[in-house]
Amino acid sequence: MGRYFKSLRRFWGTAVASQLEYQLNVVIELVAVGLSLLGSLFMLSLFFGPGRALGGWSWNEALIVQGFYTVLDGVASTWLRPNLSSIVTHVREGTLDFILLKPIDSQFWLSLRTISPAGLPEIVLGLLLVIWGGQQAGASLSPGGFAVVLLMLLAGGLILYSLWFLIAATSIWFVKTWNATEVLRAVLASGRYPVAAYPAPLHLLFTIVIPVAFLTTVPAEVVLGRANAPTLWLGLGLAVGFFIAARQFWLYALRHYTSASS
Amino acid sequence: MRIFGLNRKIIRVLLGTEYAHMLEYRAEIALWALSGVLPFIMLSLWNGSDARGVLGMDGVGLDRYFLSAFLVRQFSVVWMIYAFEEDALTGRLSPYLLQPLHPLWRYVASHLGEQLTRLPFAAVITAIFFLIQPKAFWVPSLGHFVLAWLATWMAFSIAFLLQSLIASLCFWSEKASALERLLFIPFLFLSGLLAPITAFPPFVRTFAQWTPFPYLIDFPARVLAEQPVDMLAGFAIQLTWIVLLLPLVLLLWRAGVRRYSAMGA
Repeated sequence: MGRYFKSLRRFWGTAVASQLEYQLNVVIELVAVGLSLLGSLFMLSLFFGPGRALGGWSWNEALIVQGFYTVLDGVASTWLRPNLSSIVTHVREGTLDFILLKPIDSQFWLSLRTISPAGLPEIVLGLLLVIWGGQQAGASLSPGGFAVVLLMLLAGGLILYSLWFLIAATSIWFVKTWNATEVLRAVLASGRYPVAAYPAPLHLLFTIVIPVAFLTTVPAEVVLGRANAPTLWLGLGLAVGFFIAARQFWLYALRHYTSASS
Repeated sequence: MRIFGLNRKIIRVLLGTEYAHMLEYRAEIALWALSGVLPFIMLSLWNGSDARGVLGMDGVGLDRYFLSAFLVRQFSVVWMIYAFEEDALTGRLSPYLLQPLHPLWRYVASHLGEQLTRLPFAAVITAIFFLIQPKAFWVPSLGHFVLAWLATWMAFSIAFLLQSLIASLCFWSEKASALERLLFIPFLFLSGLLAPITAFPPFVRTFAQWTPFPYLIDFPARVLAEQPVDMLAGFAIQLTWIVLLLPLVLLLWRAGVRRYSAMGA
């Protein structure tokens, strides 16, 4: 286990150092994050007005959902996108062989090899938005409630990771799966708004099939003290289920991997 | 007659090869088409929201608007920066620069080839939409269809020029895709992809109309959906943007190429 932690520290240290060399990119990234959040808030504001709600959620409550979406988007740009998008490159160029030979779990290596600090400001902004929205909506969170929020966020992150990794793993067969993750991103964008705002069939789709609901809406419900136990258990169950599925699928894919040259 | 190295024979060959090239990636392009579902997600959201009144459209009108927005987006998507960045970084650009054909034409041709490959997938998604929402079915009159086609094509031209402008900066910075994000964000929120611009508060709408973005989705989509829109003004503004951007792109491109060759020498 110690070996894994030591590797992680080295991986991330070098990644951060090499990215900070591009200072202009850091500035552009900061501007982009700010503009993007401003645009999202503007779009959200169009749905509200005197006496109007979105799927039964008030403006302040919807802000919490938007905040959690921003956090997860930051997580995606910090960990998921830089790591999982390089799986395709490894398969195409045959460098996956080297990774498989390393004395470290290949899924661990591929999922956590690098980190891009560009997403960190987004995570901070998102959390600030959650706190602000929660205060405005009059939410009071006990330490226990806070732990549940963290747990549900973790579950949401795990679901997001597993879905993304599942798709990335198909590159063993299809080589180019960049576009499949684009489809995933387009669907995940629906998580910006409370799930209750969507019509019933989509509501079901976003809860069970592509569990977008557990990424943003459910953590927001916990903050507001509205979540019920069955939903939370379903979320945790789905997170574990999706993770096991991703793991098994990766092992299955590796059995079918015949390297780039053979 | 040649325009920047282009004549009829070259056009035929370029389009033919690019179309054949794109056909190889059919599965990928199907996924691309599918990744354009955002307007449908927004449609379902707007349909169930209390705020529908501010849009100035009724149910069927809204369905048609967002379907049109989806179609316009499908046939005006530009990914020039990514292709160019890859070509520049891998050195594939150098032989292109030696040819008597302006390299930009090559990218235009591959986009047109891709649009042709995309056509069947867009048609299937449209058919599914009408199956789910039969009330929204409509066939635009021939006149409207041709005008919408023209407006979409102009939208594509503006988007292509905007990206070429940023891609030319690649000669200086090599990381133009970071700048592309800065272009994509205002596009996403001001183009009408997420909400028709009639939904915006007046001052935002006025601001948006001074940018090229509403003319990339909102205007062509309204023409296709046969909604009341000032056609003459719309086309005039689209043309103005093209006339403004074209010389800028050519100038910056030429300056960039000069720098590029200086780098190699």
